[in-house]
Formats: sequence, C-alpha cells, structure tokens
Amino acid sequence: MWFGRGVYAVLALIVGVVVGLVFRPTVPDWLSPYLPIAVVAALDAVFGGVRARFDHIFDPKVFTVSFIANVLVAAFIVFLGDQLGVGTQLSTAVVVVLGIRIFGNAAAIRRHIFKA
Amino acid sequence: MGAPTDVPGPDPGAAPGEPASPAPRRRPPRPAGPGIKVVVAVLCALLGFALVLQVRRTASGDTLATARPDDLVQILDGLQRREDELNGEIGDLRDTLTRLRSSGASSAEALSEAQRQAAALGILTGTVPAAGPGVRIVIDDPNGTVPPEVLLDAIQELRNAGGEAFQVGSVRIGVNSAFTGGRGAITLDGIALQSPYTVLAIGDPPTLTAALSIAGGVLDTVRRAGGTMEVTQSDDVRIDAVRAVLTPQYAQPTTG
Repeated sequence: MWFGRGVYAVLALIVGVVVGLVFRPTVPDWLSPYLPIAVVAALDAVFGGVRARFDHIFDPKVFTVSFIANVLVAAFIVFLGDQLGVGTQLSTAVVVVLGIRIFGNAAAIRRHIFKA
Repeated sequence: MGAPTDVPGPDPGAAPGEPASPAPRRRPPRPAGPGIKVVVAVLCALLGFALVLQVRRTASGDTLATARPDDLVQILDGLQRREDELNGEIGDLRDTLTRLRSSGASSAEALSEAQRQAAALGILTGTVPAAGPGVRIVIDDPNGTVPPEVLLDAIQELRNAGGEAFQVGSVRIGVNSAFTGGRGAITLDGIALQSPYTVLAIGDPPTLTAALSIAGGVLDTVRRAGGTMEVTQSDDVRIDAVRAVLTPQYAQPTTG
C-alpha cells in the first residue's frame, strides 16, 4: 500500500461520501455559490497531500492548515467577486488556477506510481 | 477551455523553493499525534461529503435557484434566443404544412375529377364494362323479315329515353356503331347478328320500357315487320362487352 499510514484518510473520504449518499442533506442557499469552489479547493489540498505523502514529506498539520486555508481563501475570493459584480469571472479564474495545480500534483503522483 | 489530458504539468517537486500546495518544507515530518490525524480524517470526510452534496445538486439541476443574477440573465438570453429560433421554425413548418395540405387536397381533387371523367367517357365510348338498372329486350325474327333500321330505331329510342350504355348480341354500342346488312341478315359493326336479337340497355327501367312501347314506336315497327319483342326490366343489367379505344386519326383537340 503506497499510502502506508495514509489509509485512514482514504477511509474517512469514503465515509464522508457514504454519509452524503445516505443522508441526502440540502445545501443552504447562502452556501451554494461557494460550495463547488470550496470542493475544488479542498481537492487541490488533498492532491497536494497525496503528493507530499509520496515525497515522504507529508505533515498532517501542514495539510490541515492548507486545506482549511485553501477552502476559505477560494470561497472568500468568490465572495469578493460577487460583491464586486465579477463573481462569475472570478470563480472561473479560481477554478482554472486550482485545476492547473491539481494537474501538476496529479502528474507528480503519476510519476511516483508509474515511474514515468 | 481545453484542458490537456496527460501533459506533465509544472513540476514543483523538480524545483525546490517553488511553493507546492502543502508547502513542502524539506524536513523529516514529525511523528503525527493522534489528534491531528483525527482532524485530517474529519477534513477528508468533509470533502467526500461536500463532493456528494455538490454532485447531487448539479445532477438535480436546481442550481438555478441559487445562481448569480448575471448568470441567470445569460441563461435567460440564451433561452429566449432559442425560443425565437424555435418559434420561427414552427412558423416555417406550419407554412409548409398548409402548403402541402392545400396542394395535396387540390391534386387529390384533380385526380378524382379525372377518374370521374375517365369513367364517364369510358362508359360513353364503350371501353369499360358497365352495370346498373335497365332493360333486357329480346326481338325475335322467325321469318327473317326485320330490317336493320328497326334495331337502329330501338337504340335511338333508348338513347332518347336516357339510356346510357347498350349492347346488342355480343357487341357493345359505341359512338361509331352502325347497323348494316338487310332483312334477316343484320350486321353490327361488321359482326353478323343472329335472331333472336338481344339488346341490353342501362338506364331508368320504366322510362326505357315506356319509350319502346309508345304508339308508332319500336314495338309497333317490330310487329309490322313480322317480329316479336319482349322487354324485361331489371335492377342489375351487366354489359360486359367492350370496344377498343378509338384513336382519332384526323381530329385534333383544340382549345377554345
């Protein structure tokens, strides 16, 4: 298992998915513009964490801080854009930047797994 | 935006000092305490939860209720444009439908009119079999004394009385039929007739019968010539003999 001690995180992710599937909660309206952005930001943090795990430099504290900061900053940028009337464009920009980072991390993970 | 599918992205690992997402500080990670692990697990669970939530929202399509106003305006614009296009298309198709319906109706009318005329002309010229109410006349000439004029008179009288189709013996009467020959040896259109002569006529049976038996009419003429005549009314006279289609050699139709 590549994750070694990181399996618990994967299990927690699965648990979260199952809980979401079972409970079918509704999203409060004020949150709905920021939820997709927050998810993408969190995904970016998780990919970064996985990559750090492969590099043997994973630090749960760094992960925690970067996860929360990522989500909050991304949501705040979109919120600011909404207030300025450029919410759509800014959320697009945030998604693009985060997407590029996710891609970079995914490429690094791929090199670790496939040695290519 | 076309995202490259498998392009090695910028490699932060290859350039130390580049901030990667969890800023990799080059130091051996301290053994993590159980508390921070719980936090990490909770965060991962939260991510899974939020993922499912967002996917469900997107799939259920109720994102409009919470979309931004300018997004809504754009969506509305697109929908209105689409509606205009579709309305135009509906108009065009309706026009086409109306055109096709009217042309279909008129061509069907023309076709049925042509068929009606063809049937009428075919009965008139004797090129199609005919059936209907009428009379069956048998003129017997035991002594061979009945002249062809008598048969001609009979046909003329029947025509006057509104007869529409006639057959004498096995010959259909057409527009160019002619009785020739002499007493006892009558020829119709080149075909010799044998007594007793059978005449089939389609028309109103009582009228035809009355026309034949008026004083000085066909019946009297036949009797004077030494023959006998029997008239039978029938609701179903069948005239099966047909004439060949007459192709005029000299006459050409003219307009006007």
